[in-house]
Amino acid sequence: MQLTDKHQEYWRKNLRLTSVLLGIWFVATFVVIWFARALNEITFFGFPFAFYMGAQGALIIYVLVIWYYARRMNQMDVDYGVHEGDD
Amino acid sequence: MATASSNLAFFNQLKKYYTVYTGGFITFVIILAILEQMGLPPTIIGYIFLAATILLYAGIGVMSKTADVSEYYVAGRRVPALFNGMATGADWMSAASFIGMAGTLYAAGYDGLAFVMGWTGGYVLVALFLAPYLRKFGQFTIPDFLGSRYGGHLPRTIGVLAAIICSFTYVVAQIYGVGLITSRFTGLEFEIGVYVGLAGILVCSFLGGMRAVTWTQVAQYIILIIAYMIPVVWLSMNVTGNPVPQIAYGSALQEVTKIEKELNDPTSVKGAAEASVRSLHKEKAAEWGEKIKALDEAVKAGNGETFYAEQKAKSVQKLADLKANPSPDAKAIAAAEKDVKDFPANIDKLKAKWVGAEKGAKGKSGPVAAHATPFSGKGAEKKLMKEAEAKGETPTPEAVAKAKAEDEKASNDKRNNFIALVLCLMVGTASLPHILMRYYTTPSVREARTSVFWSLFFIFLLYFTAPALAVLAKYTIYHDLVGSSFASLPSWVQNWQSVDATLMKIVDMNKDGLIQLAEITIGTDLIVLATPEIAGLPYVISGLVAAGGLAAALSTADGLLLTIANALSHDVYYKMVDPNASTMRRLSVSKALLLVVAILAAYVTSLKPGDILFLVGAAFSLAASAFFPALVLGVFWKRANYLGAVIGMLAGLAVCMYYMFMTYEFFGGVDANQWFAIKPIAAGVFGLPAGFLGVIIGSLLTKEPSKEIQDLVDHVRYPNLENDINTNAA
Repeated sequence: MQLTDKHQEYWRKNLRLTSVLLGIWFVATFVVIWFARALNEITFFGFPFAFYMGAQGALIIYVLVIWYYARRMNQMDVDYGVHEGDD
Repeated sequence: MATASSNLAFFNQLKKYYTVYTGGFITFVIILAILEQMGLPPTIIGYIFLAATILLYAGIGVMSKTADVSEYYVAGRRVPALFNGMATGADWMSAASFIGMAGTLYAAGYDGLAFVMGWTGGYVLVALFLAPYLRKFGQFTIPDFLGSRYGGHLPRTIGVLAAIICSFTYVVAQIYGVGLITSRFTGLEFEIGVYVGLAGILVCSFLGGMRAVTWTQVAQYIILIIAYMIPVVWLSMNVTGNPVPQIAYGSALQEVTKIEKELNDPTSVKGAAEASVRSLHKEKAAEWGEKIKALDEAVKAGNGETFYAEQKAKSVQKLADLKANPSPDAKAIAAAEKDVKDFPANIDKLKAKWVGAEKGAKGKSGPVAAHATPFSGKGAEKKLMKEAEAKGETPTPEAVAKAKAEDEKASNDKRNNFIALVLCLMVGTASLPHILMRYYTTPSVREARTSVFWSLFFIFLLYFTAPALAVLAKYTIYHDLVGSSFASLPSWVQNWQSVDATLMKIVDMNKDGLIQLAEITIGTDLIVLATPEIAGLPYVISGLVAAGGLAAALSTADGLLLTIANALSHDVYYKMVDPNASTMRRLSVSKALLLVVAILAAYVTSLKPGDILFLVGAAFSLAASAFFPALVLGVFWKRANYLGAVIGMLAGLAVCMYYMFMTYEFFGGVDANQWFAIKPIAAGVFGLPAGFLGVIIGSLLTKEPSKEIQDLVDHVRYPNLENDINTNAA
């Protein structure tokens, strides 16, 4: 199997997208937890911020991250001609 | 593989079936509600719900029976993304999520959110690192991937072993949940409840394997989400006037915080009453402490057996005294009878019981923990100030600094444990074979990616409701129950108190006729189970909640049993023992194994081993340590090879298990062995790096994998390549 430059670029782009999304996941989860005591001083929608993130905010971000990844990758498959056919 | 148009037709057909099904189920509930108004007794409603839902799952199982290998192992790889999402949701959400989570959040406040974040955030890892690649690989089990990617029988064998260890631990916790629900709502014995539930699980997976399990899980998801939402929406309406609990509970949380402050302020009326109850708890804790000390001394002196016999005789004597009383107190006699009947079997268990009682009393002797506050310290500084004030002195700056440092250390330890637990749960999610297996069943890589989105979306619906339920329940109890009179206890309190004292118990300790928060004992399972009654809904909704809990436990147990049986029949029998076995033989071996594993799991469950939450946590830590590094590096690092995988998986498992043995009491471990004060439930936080290091070092020590294997890696990385190899198993 010979991979073309285009194939390599597809994979590099995939890696870049994966790391950016992983970064968002990391911040929404671990950075917020680490600073939870301080962040709770901020009020958000009537909730203390860190509590809100743990109970809803982070969850919404996870759903969006996965939605965006699926959409972007499915589009990229087509752009780079590696999408599955109809068979 | 099916064509796009036939896929679409299939999707539309499914949509029609499940819409009709949902409508039918709602009609069924409405009819029962009408019958209840006409006088149908609650026990009958409980039985009808149990029988109807188990028959329904069995019916779907019979309709989906199959003799085709691909249908049996991966549902023919034609499950559309949306429906695979629902099936994964049901597969994922266990009895612990459905019944236990809101209660854990009620008790632990912010610190309980580790489970909410951990059990959802893991899907980000599934989506980014595993699902699409496993789907492209397209075989039947997770050990299949390890076997092909790393070559040789050893990586596959370790994979099978790890899959069995973590799935079996997890399935025991599920069957336990099944037994608990059936026994509570029908009055059957726990052990019988276990086997009744098991029959429901088996009919389904036995006949149709993954195919039957998939379509049953979709049906179960629909029931469990309806059952979870109805009472919470109603409660939210009652408490806040807003039917969307997830938005409404912000105001309830502010109220709860206000009441917490009042209860902790000894100058307020309510606060003073709480303080008087707390001092009673403190005395009780001291009494237990004395008793434990006496026990320890007796054991040290070698008189453990005599001490135990004395205590047992005392409990029998107490019962006799009560019975001899001229005006016998029926309640006290019943309690004493229970004490005698459930008297601990040996001195170790007696000590454990006393230590538990001491801990309970100590917990209630302190101030109320604030719900939204993360990682509260142990209150050393406050205690110091209070003591000094009582003596009329000011504490030295050194003493204050020391107390402050103690508080900060306690708080930081809690934070570190929270982070470790979240990490273990997330990575464990992305490593549990019964979840990963579900992404083999979609028609394409594209659908696999979309399917992870739907999975998390359907899980999210329940998980972001649970914290709302916890706060709304807390508001009701703090606002309505605390401060009310013992003469007018709400009926739900009376009901649950008589059903099970471990779930709900209120005793007027300071004899003021009013209820104080420190006088209420609530079991974590109560919150979800009692919500329909707290919200003033008819019994039929309680039956619905039980059916939802049962659906959650059954669907997870189904997926897990199938994973274990498939690992044994496909990976061990077909791939290693007899690769020439006929299709018929493969399926009959698989079914026979399913039966054996199920009975074994039910047997282990009926022994009631250990703490459920720990069992579940342990399964996640083990899965994370064993699978994640080898699976992810297998896709993202071409250089990873045979030796790396073997060392990585073994090192991960070994470190994780070693840590649990050294620190978890059940295995004789002690806290002093902890590293960085991390609790044994998060042992994976050490197993995971060990696993990664193992894969990397092992791979670099030996030569890079062959051209064929590197081609395989390229193959899974691209959804479609020209002159691609085909690894789909049929």
